[in-house]
Amino acid sequence: MTRRELWQRFSAHLDLVLLAGIGLLMLASLVTLYSAGEASWSRVFSQLGNIAVAFTLMWLVANMQLHYLMRAAVPIYVLGMLLLIGVALFGDISHGARRWLNIGVATIQPSELMKIAVPLMMAWYFDKYEASLSMKNFAIAALLLLLPVALIARQPDLGTAILIGASGFYVLFLAGLSWRVMLGMAITAAASAPFLWSMLHDYQRHRILMLLDPTKDALGKGYHTIQGMIAVGSGGVLGKGYLNGTQTHLDFLPERTTDFIFAVYSEEFGLIGNLVLLTLYLFVIARGFVITANAPTYFTRLLAGSITLTFFTYAFVNMGMVSGILPVVGVPLPLVSYGGTSMLTLLLGFGMLMSIHTHQKLMKT
Amino acid sequence: MSQRIEIKNHQREIHNFRLRLALCIGFVLLLMTALLARFLYLQVVRHDYFKTLAENNRISVIPIVPNRGLILDRNGVVMAHNYSAYTLEITPSKVFNLDATIEELSSLIDIQPKDRKRFRKLLAENRDFESLPIRNRLSDEEVAKFAAQRYRFPGVEVKARLFREYPYHEGTSHLIGYIGRITKKDSERLDEEELLANYRGSDYIGKAGIEQSYEQELHGLTGVEQIEVDAGGRGVRVLSSSSPQSGNNLILTLDAKLQQIAEQSFGNYRGALVAIDPRNGEVLAFVSKPGYDPNLFIDGIDQQSWDELNNSPDTPLNNRALRGQYPPGSTIKPFMALAGLHYNKRTAGYTISDPGYFNLPGSGHQYRDWKTGGHGSVDLFRSIVISCDTYYYGLSVDLGIDNMHAFLSQFGFGEKTGLDLDGEQPGLLPSQEWKQRRFKQKWYTGDTVSAGIGQGYTLVTPMQLAFATAVLANGGVAYRPHLVREVENVKSGERKPLVTEPAFTVKLNPDHFALVRSAMTAVTLPGGTASAAGAGAPYAIAGKTGTAQVVGIKQGAKYIESQVQERHRDHAWFIAFAPADNPSIALAVLAENGGHGGTIAAPIARKVMDYYLLGKVPTPPALPASGVAPVAPAAVTAPAEEETEND
Repeated sequence: MTRRELWQRFSAHLDLVLLAGIGLLMLASLVTLYSAGEASWSRVFSQLGNIAVAFTLMWLVANMQLHYLMRAAVPIYVLGMLLLIGVALFGDISHGARRWLNIGVATIQPSELMKIAVPLMMAWYFDKYEASLSMKNFAIAALLLLLPVALIARQPDLGTAILIGASGFYVLFLAGLSWRVMLGMAITAAASAPFLWSMLHDYQRHRILMLLDPTKDALGKGYHTIQGMIAVGSGGVLGKGYLNGTQTHLDFLPERTTDFIFAVYSEEFGLIGNLVLLTLYLFVIARGFVITANAPTYFTRLLAGSITLTFFTYAFVNMGMVSGILPVVGVPLPLVSYGGTSMLTLLLGFGMLMSIHTHQKLMKT
Repeated sequence: MSQRIEIKNHQREIHNFRLRLALCIGFVLLLMTALLARFLYLQVVRHDYFKTLAENNRISVIPIVPNRGLILDRNGVVMAHNYSAYTLEITPSKVFNLDATIEELSSLIDIQPKDRKRFRKLLAENRDFESLPIRNRLSDEEVAKFAAQRYRFPGVEVKARLFREYPYHEGTSHLIGYIGRITKKDSERLDEEELLANYRGSDYIGKAGIEQSYEQELHGLTGVEQIEVDAGGRGVRVLSSSSPQSGNNLILTLDAKLQQIAEQSFGNYRGALVAIDPRNGEVLAFVSKPGYDPNLFIDGIDQQSWDELNNSPDTPLNNRALRGQYPPGSTIKPFMALAGLHYNKRTAGYTISDPGYFNLPGSGHQYRDWKTGGHGSVDLFRSIVISCDTYYYGLSVDLGIDNMHAFLSQFGFGEKTGLDLDGEQPGLLPSQEWKQRRFKQKWYTGDTVSAGIGQGYTLVTPMQLAFATAVLANGGVAYRPHLVREVENVKSGERKPLVTEPAFTVKLNPDHFALVRSAMTAVTLPGGTASAAGAGAPYAIAGKTGTAQVVGIKQGAKYIESQVQERHRDHAWFIAFAPADNPSIALAVLAENGGHGGTIAAPIARKVMDYYLLGKVPTPPALPASGVAPVAPAAVTAPAEEETEND
């Protein structure tokens, strides 16, 4: 096999356009991590390790035939639900929340698995009943969504619950949920807001209140928001320059390699840097939409649409949170924040996108 | 035809889908524009403002930890204080290779394996950007040695810190408790209680005893210092500061000397003692033997010491006074006597003839008196003085368990006393309803008979029994027992008393009370079960002995103390108040495996009362010699009865 053939074999099911966008975002991640980690290589290498593992998984998924994806939907969903119930019953408590399940060899966070499992399951379900979709099917699909969301919200992990809720809602929307029902839901939501408010944990309410006036608790909860906004704002148009962020390097920024990495980036690269980052995200999202529009089946259309929109939601919620227009809910900046689990889930999604795109191509020829 | 419809539907579906997808694209662009607008606002419009703020962030905000309040006894004797010392600390996130650094440090400064183990434990419990001590209490020489080599150890610092010390060591462990390092769990709890901001910079928090239950009083308010820092983060000058507010001092109700005498009076016996001033609920002494040295826990106890404490058969970590639940035995009898009078089941003149056992009608089962052959003719007065079981077997049946439960619960049996320490046990005052709930069984009259002499299901803690005795001593007026008398604001010197009003009042007929009190007084006079302990006292002591069975005795068998394994011997109880006619101290003493109350428990109580009422300090020979195993002293003392009490 020549080198060329080997390359072709390797890249046959990779979408190189999408890959370019992802790669550039990862590059931004490594560059920023070096700065956020006090110019030490340890976080950078560790993140490279995360990328390597996640990339391998993505490649494997991208090479899977679409019907394997479909077949995996139900088992993955059922497994995820069982694990979630396991967490609710026997989970380890950390930071006041029950999110982790100790399975002997390792502790796992089943809500991460659900980020993929929920849209996959719902897309599978709609595809199965495609010929005769009725209101009943939408109700059942909504139930498939609400069960895991409720379990995760109860852990309590509001950030993840909202994100999974959004990813499922996108499937419902793309599957053609009627406008009248959505209007009804919006009215119900508005009416039940006071009730939901009373259901929230104190710390969640506190975080939402803090959003309205973060200065109220500058040493406590508002600290994250204020320091994030200062970092972004003080970056200005051109930024303070690489490795020169004072917020970052004088230890003012909390969680600066994970949830607040955007503040580090924004402080050092300024508005110009932000424009570059937004463009990169839009590029990846646009490519996702192209893949969605050309997807061959109902199942793949719904899945691809949901994955793309969820990716967007991550990016929007994180940047909105750091720049102070959304509450601090603990959502990483996709592909940029340090962390193995979120990298894995994201690239798993992109692997599915690539599989959808490249296998469709093969079908056409 | 049908195929065409399907294709048409399919196309319409694709069309719908693309329409919705287009809406999504619009949604994405809209929100991205909103983000962009936000960036423009922050980075262009308000750039100057945030730039100034970031400049001001060169003004570093440093929390100043307040001094923890002191704990003093009622006379101002220090029971917990702070001292300053140097520690060697490592911030793990700033150190490249932790093991190598520790290895290198140990060539400079003595670091024991025990220090390393403790550091590992701290490392697991804390976040790695926190500064964690590897060695405490450095000598001046060690500080100088390290200072000279400091450049070799980035992330390692010598810090001056305040340390907590408990000068009474084992003597006050169960009472004062201890502080320990704030763990992840603690900070999560503080976060939930919205207290975390006040704990910025704090390393320690109360973990047990008064240190725990009065944490919020003792901790104080954290101050803030604004320091201008250079680009490297080093402080240049102090710009402003709000000083911390020291934690409040706690003035205990405890008398340290009394506590010490009480503690030493136990000799090698395990057990507990609680002494209360019945006039106001102040706890004068609170002993649980054995104790442990709370100083060991402050910076994380090393594994070996922990194992020794945790695996000891003497369970030194168990707070017996507060959490140990034992049958009250005969100490329940004065309360039972009051119940009998209250419900008109007995009068002062009512007399029984005691054959040495009691039968329920129609049953062959013998409930034996502790004295074979019986006490002969016994009235209420004598029933307390000689602790006649037969009298109370009959009385309990006449009263019935419902009346017993109703009357005894007035004295706080079966519920927590509300002492200001965490973790109190409620004891157990059985009732029909309780047995149904707990065992799904109906109540038998036999259960009532056992309960009548404080055996069977009934359980009390030493704290509870002391409280009940205090309520009795004070003629029914109950003050909530408390260990902290006043909270003192260090700055203003202002003192705030904690308990001033009675919690509740038990309605006691004065005649009934007088009768029981005179009988209890006779207990410590010749002919009573605690006459030896009362001998020569210049004040009248109202007391009652008791015995809590550890193992049951078979029907027809006899309990012979010298033949029973030490740890299976009965527990000895003694309750008392003095002076009997105007009591200023009420107490309960428990000596585990101490045989019967008159010989072991009562003399301990006597020493405590002698010091409290007369200022008399026991002479050393009077204290049981330490290091000698307790021996059953049945033959040494000669109570009025020819046989040792064994109810």
